[in-house]
Amino acid sequence: MTHNYFKILMVVLLSSMMIFTGCFKKDKTDANKKTAITVKGSDTMVQLMSTLAENYMNQNAGSQVSVTGGGSGTGIAALLNGTTDIASSSRDIEQKEKDQFAQKNLNSNPVSIANDGVAIVVHKDNPVNELTMEQLAKIYTGEYTSWKDVGGPDQPIDVYSRENSSGTYKFFQEHVMAKKDYVKTAKLMPSTQTIIQSVTDGKWAIGYSGLGYTKGANVKILGIKKDDKSPAIMPSDKTVLDKTYSVARPLFLIFNGTPQDEMKKFLDFCLSDAGQKIVEETGYVKIK
Amino acid sequence: MTKPQIKDKLIRIFLLCNGYTAVIFVILIFLFLFKEAIPFIFSKGLGDLFNSNWSPTSFQKESFGLFPLIIGSLLVTVIATVIAIPFGVVGAVYISEIASNKEREFLKPFIEILAGIPSVVLGFFGLVVVAPVVKNLFGLNSGATALTGSILLAFMAVPTIISISEDALKAVPHSYKEASLALGASKIKTIWKVIVPAALSGIIASIMLGMGRVIGETMAVLMVTGNAAVMSLNPFTSVRTMTATIAAEMGEVTFGSDHYAALFWVGIVLLIATLILNMVSFKVLQKYGLYEK
Repeated sequence: MTHNYFKILMVVLLSSMMIFTGCFKKDKTDANKKTAITVKGSDTMVQLMSTLAENYMNQNAGSQVSVTGGGSGTGIAALLNGTTDIASSSRDIEQKEKDQFAQKNLNSNPVSIANDGVAIVVHKDNPVNELTMEQLAKIYTGEYTSWKDVGGPDQPIDVYSRENSSGTYKFFQEHVMAKKDYVKTAKLMPSTQTIIQSVTDGKWAIGYSGLGYTKGANVKILGIKKDDKSPAIMPSDKTVLDKTYSVARPLFLIFNGTPQDEMKKFLDFCLSDAGQKIVEETGYVKIK
Repeated sequence: MTKPQIKDKLIRIFLLCNGYTAVIFVILIFLFLFKEAIPFIFSKGLGDLFNSNWSPTSFQKESFGLFPLIIGSLLVTVIATVIAIPFGVVGAVYISEIASNKEREFLKPFIEILAGIPSVVLGFFGLVVVAPVVKNLFGLNSGATALTGSILLAFMAVPTIISISEDALKAVPHSYKEASLALGASKIKTIWKVIVPAALSGIIASIMLGMGRVIGETMAVLMVTGNAAVMSLNPFTSVRTMTATIAAEMGEVTFGSDHYAALFWVGIVLLIATLILNMVSFKVLQKYGLYEK
């Protein structure tokens, strides 16, 4: 019996030793040099960031960049709590969030790495081709409920938006809707793909989506007029870059303070010609 | 005490700890939920939870009314249960009373597989397949409705209902069946007039457990119900359930804010709802004797 006891004890001891050495080993490499970095945040930017990370890892053997989504707010919260190295965000950091960083003696440092046009998409059979910014705002605040109000047939407008954790949701609300509330019946979708899917299906649906996601999607992209008199502008690399397209925004990587070592290397890669070429290839717009 | 006695005691304590982990977890989760939720009472007041407007991130006026979320969850759960009952109960009757042994061996693994499909897969299926079907079938503008979510949830409830109902049907004493058949009743009549009524409490318990599964389900409803926080009992409109709200908003929320605390209240309401459902079904099962083997 005592012999058995001893055996069990040995197993427990050995396994705990193994677990502990495992822990220490990891800590050691982390302290020496951080070659694994995590990027978390904007769902709009997931595609872009993963492509950038892949190319970066191909060039730099041994480097590890992992990318996850969840929403810009999620990424910024994760950066604040130290669970990610870099936050990707499709909106600038808010004052409220800046204060939280200050409270923790951290310094949030957003760097713009690309521009993005937010395309307004409808079903491909929808006869409406263009909207003014005002009409767009009225559709999303619920003032207009029928396509008749914007020159279409008398059919109810089915409004799709992202969830409120999305940077696009907040950007749209601030930039297009003058901070008014979304119409209650707006359907809040968990991802851009689900919006595209719903608009592809829904004959009278309207939704918004980062430009990168509309490539190859079976939907109609609307031209947007600044006001009644100005011409309708389609979102494109050119119109986003020269700022004639109204629903556009910069995309950010947010760091804690000045990026160092591996993070700086990754940022430099994103801003390099090769990185900016990837930005264009994935459907976004260069910063310059 | 002798050595073996000490050993006995130690092992007993070890096993006891394991046995009570579930209880400890439930209590800790409750405590944690309340700890995070209580600041809301002081900052906003409980009254703020009782209104019909859920817009926690508004620039105009933040509002934390739980009613649309509760109604959303209830609506989806009730419809899902209504859809699942016929399939579940009739399925259980077929498997336990009519199917041959071979057939039973064939059917049961598939029911297990249905129970094991990850809900996100089911959600994707719902988004791409069920939503368009619902949309076209009922001539709607959008398939992102409470009904679409309910159909998917019914898929998840059916295996639970079948397996527990089947146990209940099996537990009906053979003598009932024999007596009924001996009196000249047909097989169908025996099943519906004798066996099913005798197993009714077990069947009801199975339905309630199925409901518990449905009300707590998150991913599938998040993907297909459209998540618009409107107060509506119309199955053809979009609804926002409690689970979907927590899943969608918890990641983004600032720790310690009113919004954060409000989400914990949503969690508490949800936990209480599932607890009540589970307790009621447990009582029913106990009364019927299924838990006292």
